Amino acid sequence: MASGLHDSQFTNPVIRWIDQRMPVFTMVQKEYGTFPTPRNFNYLWNFGALAMVNLVIMIVTGVVLAMNYTPHVTMAFDSVERIMRDVHFGWLLRYAHANGASMFFMVVYVHIWRGMYYGSFKAPRELLWMLGVVIFLLMMATAFMGYVLPWGQMSFWGATVITNLFSAIPLVGNTIVTFLWGGFSVDNPTLNRFFSLHYLLPFMIVGVVFLHIAALHITGSNNPLGIEPNGPQDTLPFHPYYTIKDSVGIVVYLMVFAVLVFFIPNYLGHADNYIPANPMATPTHIVPEWYFLPYYAILRAVPNKLGGVALMGGSILVLFVLPWLDTSKVRSMRFRPITRVLFFLWTINFFVLLSMGGKPAEQPYVLISQICTVIYFAYFLVVLPLMGRLERPLPLPESIAIAVLGKRATLGAGPIPGGATAKPMEKA
Amino acid sequence: MRLLKAFALATTLLVAGPALAADEGHGTELPSGNFSFDGVFGTFDRASAQRGFQVYKEVCSNCHSMRLMSYRNLLDIGLSEAQVRDIAATVQIPDGPNDEGAMFERAGRVSDHFRRPFANDQAARSANGGALPPDLSVITKAREGGADYVHALLTGYSDPPAGVTIMEGLHYNRWFPGHQIAMAPPLSDGQVQYTDGTATSVDQMAHDVATFLTWAAEPELEVRRAMGVKILIFLAILAGLAYATKRKVWANAH
Repeated sequence: MASGLHDSQFTNPVIRWIDQRMPVFTMVQKEYGTFPTPRNFNYLWNFGALAMVNLVIMIVTGVVLAMNYTPHVTMAFDSVERIMRDVHFGWLLRYAHANGASMFFMVVYVHIWRGMYYGSFKAPRELLWMLGVVIFLLMMATAFMGYVLPWGQMSFWGATVITNLFSAIPLVGNTIVTFLWGGFSVDNPTLNRFFSLHYLLPFMIVGVVFLHIAALHITGSNNPLGIEPNGPQDTLPFHPYYTIKDSVGIVVYLMVFAVLVFFIPNYLGHADNYIPANPMATPTHIVPEWYFLPYYAILRAVPNKLGGVALMGGSILVLFVLPWLDTSKVRSMRFRPITRVLFFLWTINFFVLLSMGGKPAEQPYVLISQICTVIYFAYFLVVLPLMGRLERPLPLPESIAIAVLGKRATLGAGPIPGGATAKPMEKA
Repeated sequence: MRLLKAFALATTLLVAGPALAADEGHGTELPSGNFSFDGVFGTFDRASAQRGFQVYKEVCSNCHSMRLMSYRNLLDIGLSEAQVRDIAATVQIPDGPNDEGAMFERAGRVSDHFRRPFANDQAARSANGGALPPDLSVITKAREGGADYVHALLTGYSDPPAGVTIMEGLHYNRWFPGHQIAMAPPLSDGQVQYTDGTATSVDQMAHDVATFLTWAAEPELEVRRAMGVKILIFLAILAGLAYATKRKVWANAH
């Protein structure tokens, strides 16, 4: 072997030649072929892969949509309808993109929920978790700006309401809002910059996703038991075990997606957004898309504008410090009998907030929102710090293999396939 | 399995959330228009859509534009090319400038968009007591209730209930938000002459025009649903295969 070349294990001469000079095949083999993965994942561990698939779908449909879209206040609405009517399969592209955003949030909400339930955010995965929160924030910004692009009534008024939130910042608030708008109201410059950023941010998401996965492949995945794998008997190679398990999830996900796109494409949207934007007429109720409703409820629960904005921001930012708020050494809620129940209550509370965000800002909805907001934060700021000290967790299993295989695990090698160092995947 | 169930529940809640959140209750529920395109497998009743176009052309189009529609689109509801060409030719479309730099009018072509009744919104308002007749291209997507709402609105005129005063120039309509609508009752029995002999009751015309407007708003509806059925069947089979493969791969692993 010539010096300086990578020591490739591949035998195919072409693959070997490339791999010696740039070991991408070795990397894929290591990270997605033999990568040792806990053998006890349940289907909730599909959702990372689903989010990845969803991101790709969004970028592919989005790039093609952008080829047919006109970011100008007098033409944006009509150009979207032209896509629906005159572009080949334009309706499919647009409905897939619009509902893809909803699917993305559903998938990511489950992904985050799974991380919270099984304590995936705890040491040594804090940075992995925080990168995830960054992705979530970027997603929210991208989705918000994307919703503005069709320039319907809800686009325009949603953009007006949300950008106006920045005016709550003392001293510089109004300057920031003018800067965001590119003028003194939401208008053509706003639409132009939102289009530009809506195209840019997804690629920043791709970048952070890369970091998210890079961090994941240092610490390895958490698992439903929340205990670290302790040797080859506790893991399986990623391929074929989890490639096939993820495939099952992806097909089911596509079926849910297809039901939305082909049969109820406007179910999750608002009728008002099929009315062209009109700065002179405010819709009766300005409501954001469903995935923002919990935060919208928190915003409106506080009578003070700055307070509302601060709490709304805080409801996401608190996730950054979650690894330090939860003081329990036990990761998985399976072994935390009290906190587990409280976490389920918190989950229900999240859905109540979601429902309240869609209601008009009047009683009793405001009061319910206020109670739910207190519960939302109390879980993070009171329950988790205290429970780590007060709660007596259930005994943890000795190892993943024993928990999964029972006695078979202790009977020596046997027919247990896998093990991180077992045969590499077949070269194709 | 328990987890899967919890998950299905969570997903349902997520999907149902906005629906739960959206009920703003206008009191009573819209009556169903019993349309051919209701439900998952519904398609457009072509004859009804054609009659609906006739109602639009003879009644609605005096005030309401459909600027996203072209005459060529009418081929999709079963009109022949000759019929569409004749329909387009009956209108004068502003065009130009010509080689001398002057604007001119010419007979419509199938590629033209539906001619708009007013030159601009100001003209439309001025002719309608200050109210702007909305463009009808996507009206069934732009109103909660869609076709049912359009049908209910067109048949919802009556004298105001006792104690309700209506502002001058407005009309009582049971289904309009606020119940005071600027549009005078547009339909009356026998107003248009259907060529296929269908009786022209207000209800029938409202039903037909709602069908036409739904087709105009979602011309892809039939193709979309048909494709959805095929894709779901394909995915169901693929899901079975993927799951069987997963079982086989995992047979000895847990």
